[in-house]
Amino acid sequence: MDKTLRDPASAVAGIADGMVVMIGGFGGSGAPIELIHALIDRFLATGHPRDLTVVNNNAGNGHVGLAALIEAGMVRKLICSFPRSADPVVFTERYLAGQIELELVPQGTLAERIRAGGAGIPAFYTPTSFGTDLAAGKPVEVFEGRSYVRERWLKADYALVKAHLGDRLGNLTYRMAARNFNPLMCMAAATTIVQVSRIVEPGGIDPEAVITPGIFVQGVVEVPDPAQEEVLNRANARYPEVAE
Amino acid sequence: MTAKLTPTQIAWRAAQDIADGAYVNLGIGFPEMVAKFQPPGREAIFHTENGILGFGEAPPAGEEDWDLINAGKKAVTIKPGTAFFHHADSFAMVRGGHLDVAILGAYEVAETGDLANWSTGPKGVPAVGGAMDLVHGAKRVAVITDHVTKEGRPKLVRRCSLPLTGVGCVTRVYSSHAVIDIEGGRFVLREKLPTLSVEELQAMTGAELVIPGPVGDLIVPEL
Repeated sequence: MDKTLRDPASAVAGIADGMVVMIGGFGGSGAPIELIHALIDRFLATGHPRDLTVVNNNAGNGHVGLAALIEAGMVRKLICSFPRSADPVVFTERYLAGQIELELVPQGTLAERIRAGGAGIPAFYTPTSFGTDLAAGKPVEVFEGRSYVRERWLKADYALVKAHLGDRLGNLTYRMAARNFNPLMCMAAATTIVQVSRIVEPGGIDPEAVITPGIFVQGVVEVPDPAQEEVLNRANARYPEVAE
Repeated sequence: MTAKLTPTQIAWRAAQDIADGAYVNLGIGFPEMVAKFQPPGREAIFHTENGILGFGEAPPAGEEDWDLINAGKKAVTIKPGTAFFHHADSFAMVRGGHLDVAILGAYEVAETGDLANWSTGPKGVPAVGGAMDLVHGAKRVAVITDHVTKEGRPKLVRRCSLPLTGVGCVTRVYSSHAVIDIEGGRFVLREKLPTLSVEELQAMTGAELVIPGPVGDLIVPEL
């Protein structure tokens, strides 16, 4: 078994028009910038994929990563909890112009919906959002005297994930708070593609330290020294780079 | 005109009620200041939604590690005892009743304990983040806020007019003028600025203040 892939371009080659794509990260931490940029490259060269539904906690920041994916016009709908950032201009303009659909989900509900999708649980009850606008139209049930809102699982065709170490079997570790949504998204997608800073031999990750077991991963691509969204934004980077 | 507490002073007052050993989530922005004012000898563990328990202060400029941020996307540090975890575990801590205290900002708080702190109405881009999760599960959900809006309207009201974050969830309000508990659907006055009369405070408050016992002086150091 060898799940390693040659490069980011081949790793994202199977993503087709209209697919649901989960993209890991919380803000810039844990965001798979190189995989996102490889997807943009494909779109610029071929016009595909387009009309994507993207699941991410945020809506991008500046003009790189997820923001650049939206700016390229590839995203039809975003499912997220917090579409604001230091520089949210790309999403904001498209949203206010009616060019992109938004499904706003409380952050813990988003995480649990993804987890449920990966765990084969079609729905669950949560206290979150009861009595608020975000519970409109959802079934409510009382347990032990408190009201809970029914939420549905969330699954994807693809997940694009950033991890730290990986092996050819797909076992993964993460780096500090870059873990966030990434392990959940690995579980919830039919095909999970992971960029790792380093591929190690099987056994190179202590079994006690494996955070995502390889069963949840279909492809691993090595991206040494990955870009950080925050660093790119402080340098006013754009993707693709604009010729001066 | 009566003086009022600064946001820093409100944060100081809220910090005095955090017990040794408490697990605490501080909302993004102004509530984050509460962490600076832990009384000596007490050790609280701070939780951030994006998967850290027991993080440390901000690093010096230039030493940020952008894999190590808090829910406000600001760089933090680790210290002995820090733990990392994924988002589903993080919100299990929130909803599962494992946090002792959550301290949040507010646009409006109702005497019923309803909180509005995520949306000022239908204009612009809506964003909720973890606000609706945080109001459920913590044993105490406290709000720190100015007592009135910039226009002078009460923020403590009978019923919220803005979109709700949660129903019946707030247990205590630390305001610029008073400390008020929410019990049985009423605002119960516990402390007020000593220079302020009950009548003056009532006039700034959008619902009845109930006073079942002695009212302490709200005294905070200059900070």
